[in-house]
Amino acid sequence: MPEVPTWKDHFPISWVDDHFVTRREFTKSLVWVSLATFLANAVLAVLGRLKRGWGNETLPQVQVATLDELPVGGARVFYYPGVDDPCLLVRLDTDRYVAFGQKCTHLGCPVNYRAAARRLYCPCHEGFFDVEDGRVLAGPPSRPLPRIALERRGAELWAVGKA
Amino acid sequence: MIEPGMEFFLDPSRCIGCQACYHACAECDTHRGVSMIHLEYTDRAASPQTVPVVCMHCEDPACAEVCPADAIKKTADGVVQSALASHCIGCMNCVLACPFGVPRYLPELDLMMKCDMCYDRTSAGKRPMCVTVCPSGALAYGPRPEIEALRRERPMNTFVFGPQVVQTKVHMMLPVGVEALEIDVTAFMTSAPEATKTHHAEPGAAA
Repeated sequence: MPEVPTWKDHFPISWVDDHFVTRREFTKSLVWVSLATFLANAVLAVLGRLKRGWGNETLPQVQVATLDELPVGGARVFYYPGVDDPCLLVRLDTDRYVAFGQKCTHLGCPVNYRAAARRLYCPCHEGFFDVEDGRVLAGPPSRPLPRIALERRGAELWAVGKA
Repeated sequence: MIEPGMEFFLDPSRCIGCQACYHACAECDTHRGVSMIHLEYTDRAASPQTVPVVCMHCEDPACAEVCPADAIKKTADGVVQSALASHCIGCMNCVLACPFGVPRYLPELDLMMKCDMCYDRTSAGKRPMCVTVCPSGALAYGPRPEIEALRRERPMNTFVFGPQVVQTKVHMMLPVGVEALEIDVTAFMTSAPEATKTHHAEPGAAA
């Protein structure tokens, strides 16, 4: 059998040998891929909800620092409520502390504290958050940082839930 | 997919020239108003004999071979489709190449259109439109044993044009005693042109 020349392989007479994709086939594949993406996302959303609970779970209470551990304007990382959830504790004043989830609400990079500007800063895409309440000041994030409720117990600071 | 075993048979000797096939074809919604079947007079001056011409659906279709735009495709069940409207560039290579004179160029559409054995019907188990209306059996569609049992003529699908042998999906019924159909193309071309001139029997055209 003689070898088929390239042009004939690309443009065969027989429909079966043709790799030509019709507009209908292409549209069909688009629809199926969209549907699969939608379903996969739905499954992931449900799984995530199941893992985290539906929002009514009681959060643990964890000691995060002692009162004089941080200097004024200092910050440190702690993990709350789980060991995979980094948070940032900031001492704003002598007796004012705030804590936020450290994952930037844009794409999850860790934010850090810039004491001079009194802002939380995400270096990935230049996102800025107000350190007082976690709202977005600049950059691509669209939601404020989640705030952690703190409680003073004697000389210790405890994380007691989400504010 | 056309049911295996279902075949198309053409018997010009049975044609009575009624033009039913021509009109039935033109009524089809997929090419409304344009008939894909030709009805030819063999020798109009001397005889009223007509011949229906449908696409023979060659195993190695010359029309598709010469198409520079990849517009003519052959299905897995052996049907050579009409030109893809999006591909056809109206070059008329196929019109010139077809040994049976089947493809026609439509200047108003800049498109070649030809018989596709009513693929929308035959692939759904129905008979082609022209066959359903032919009153004399000049056009027939069905299992081969059925036709062979009904007719004296023998179906044949090998055509010899000079040195070239063309195998087709559509069968021609040969009269008893004729084993093969050999057409000497060059002799035909140099023979007396007036005697062999054919005419289209097209309604509306000046007769």
